[in-house]
Amino acid sequence: MDLNIIWFILIAVLFIGFFFLEGFDYGVGILLPFIAKDDKSRRQVINTIGPHWDGNEVWLITAGGASFAAFPHWYATMFSGFYLALVIMLLALIGRGVAFEYRSKHDSQSWRNMWDWVIFIGSFIPALLWGVALANLIRGVPIDAEMNYTGSFFTLLNPFGLIGGLTTLFIFTFHGGLFLGLKLSGDLLSKVKAANNKIWLPATIILFAFVIYGYFDTDMFSSLGVNPGVEPIFAGISILAVKLFLYKKRDGWAFVMSSLAIVLSTITVFMGLFPRVMVSSLNPDWSLTIYNASSTPYTLEIMSWVALIFVPFVLGYQAWSYWVFRKRITDKTELEY
Amino acid sequence: MDVLILARLQFAITTIYHFLFVPITLGLTIFVAILETLYVKTNDEKYKKMTKFWGKLFLINFAIGVVTGIVQEFQFGMNWSEYSRFMGDIFGAPLAIEALLAFFMESTFIGLWIFGWDKLSKKLHLFAMWMVAIGSNLSAFWILVANSFMQQPVGYEIANGRAEMVDFTALLTNGHVWVQFPHVFFVGMTTAAFFVMGISAWHFLKKSKNQEMYQSSFRIASVYGSIGIVLLILQGHYQGQYMAKIQPMKMAAAEALWDTEDPAAFSLFTVGDETKREDVFAIKIPGLLSFMTHNSFAGPVKGINNLQKEYEQKYGPGDYVPPVAISYWMFRIMVGAGMLMLVLALFAMYKSIKDDFNFSPLLLKVFFWALLLPHIASASGWIFTEVARQPWIVFGLFQTKDAVSNTVPAGNVLFSLISYTLIYALLLTATVFLWKKYAKAGIDAPKPENENLESVISKA
Repeated sequence: MDLNIIWFILIAVLFIGFFFLEGFDYGVGILLPFIAKDDKSRRQVINTIGPHWDGNEVWLITAGGASFAAFPHWYATMFSGFYLALVIMLLALIGRGVAFEYRSKHDSQSWRNMWDWVIFIGSFIPALLWGVALANLIRGVPIDAEMNYTGSFFTLLNPFGLIGGLTTLFIFTFHGGLFLGLKLSGDLLSKVKAANNKIWLPATIILFAFVIYGYFDTDMFSSLGVNPGVEPIFAGISILAVKLFLYKKRDGWAFVMSSLAIVLSTITVFMGLFPRVMVSSLNPDWSLTIYNASSTPYTLEIMSWVALIFVPFVLGYQAWSYWVFRKRITDKTELEY
Repeated sequence: MDVLILARLQFAITTIYHFLFVPITLGLTIFVAILETLYVKTNDEKYKKMTKFWGKLFLINFAIGVVTGIVQEFQFGMNWSEYSRFMGDIFGAPLAIEALLAFFMESTFIGLWIFGWDKLSKKLHLFAMWMVAIGSNLSAFWILVANSFMQQPVGYEIANGRAEMVDFTALLTNGHVWVQFPHVFFVGMTTAAFFVMGISAWHFLKKSKNQEMYQSSFRIASVYGSIGIVLLILQGHYQGQYMAKIQPMKMAAAEALWDTEDPAAFSLFTVGDETKREDVFAIKIPGLLSFMTHNSFAGPVKGINNLQKEYEQKYGPGDYVPPVAISYWMFRIMVGAGMLMLVLALFAMYKSIKDDFNFSPLLLKVFFWALLLPHIASASGWIFTEVARQPWIVFGLFQTKDAVSNTVPAGNVLFSLISYTLIYALLLTATVFLWKKYAKAGIDAPKPENENLESVISKA
């Protein structure tokens, strides 16, 4: 296995970690205005992710940095190509990050309502756009022989891209609901559970629709080795299993299953891409691959050592942070603002 | 307008804005960690209250520093894709390491710090704050490793139409890193100190409750800031000499020195004609520029015209002269603000160590408004260091005009420029509003209680 493959896997792992972690905190942000109606319960909902959202977001920043370091042409083509989509996402993320910190710092109802909507929109937009981006990576976008993207913003809004967007939107929202099911208590918890039971069906349908559409519209599944591949099948089983565990009131397992569904779906997309990182719809030879888009073996080697040494620390202290805040938030919890 | 100008303007605006908040984070994390250390060591509640007060003001700043940083990381690929292709093999590595080593650390431990007051032991809680402080300053180190390569490329070769890394340690031992990182680190100390002294001075003026805690804050900050600004200026002198060696054109532009002089005079005030490259009016101190460059009143300092000829021979025909007036004035604003801060910080330290807090109201107002000085100096310093490197984006290797994304329509860049500027302006308004509110409320103010909001919020 060469370093290019290792770095493809590492970046895939960063995206998997990002979708798994930030997936639920986008979901929490999306559900916020609907399940929590008064200020105290809103603060309870926000505090379930309060200590974590920033660390979760760094998974994305690191994935961006790692793609720059390991596959600079991928970074250059995708970031300049998906320009407007990224501007919109950045604006959403800017508002969202500030909103978490600012909403409770002034006790006026309109101030807090405003920031709560910023949290909602700031979670909704990236949750949607990530699916659009992933779907387009695998479906293919117009990339010319010079590795330049020749489409526009609207090129990305094709039916498959939009279904991809709805998929991540629904799955992340559902995943966030399941996370809240583990962190809240009392009335809020019953509301969340009711919401989860409602979201499961549309989330499952849309995920299956995405997979089936993808089966006919992309070469993702033929490149998995076994057609249609073990990973998407298990992803499908996981999302079905969530319902079973919800029914059996095993909320922990339900969350594990939605996590698995996200992890396996992301693996499916990356395995489908491999060894490409961006598919060209104009000419298969113009696709960006882990070889023609990569850095030198020397840089990849340096970066491998850095990752090998420091990733365990990161995983260690992030896990510790989740452990510190493992308790459910109740009416009696002292809320930090 | 063309893409190049829009992209440059966007980089300038977003970077200067980002760097309004960064030095506060760099210096204030350490300051808050020092206060919390005092609390843990002495068990004196006073220090806990001070930690919480300055910590709250720091957090208002931190959020906006983080989110504006994401824009910076994405911008290289979005607006400068040709730069990313040319430089990715070298530039991407420190950026990725910055995220892995520093961003994870600050973001995770800041969460533990904010929400962990009653969940962590005192010592662990203090540990979290020091990790935030170390993480923030580590992130400054790695991004400056990247920037230093643009000022002084090392450890690379040009192959396959791009710059390729051949020696990673050369990037880390790059002399430029070791003048630039200390510079930014001391800027952080100084900025945080003036922030704390400014707000404390305001409370002296208003004779707020808990005077002794503002005095204590003011005293610690004055020592902290004096160390920062003294080292900054000493190191700045050395940095200037270093710059004259690696980028003589930058030095010449900073001084509006048209032709090589020996001994070279230092310009106090020059009005020049940039197209004719000559002085219209100038006041100069003979020999001083030679002294600044060589620590001796004799010795040549190369001029703009001479360097232009030299570069034409080396790099081929072209214009290698950066915008002189901007470079000249930004350099002077930076140095001037620095000198002013030196005087203020030393004076504050002298008074507060004698436990004498009798300042005239005018002087207290001066100290309050002086909290803007570090930001003025930082902004002009960055403008100077980036503008006076032009036309290069990577000195001697790659020009700015070749670095911009060639497939992004100007309209898109204009759209993003306008959107960022608008949202940044709105956020600045909110930030200043909250700063004022919390700074005014003062140390040991009751937590913003939410009883009045317990009622149902309008149906969402």
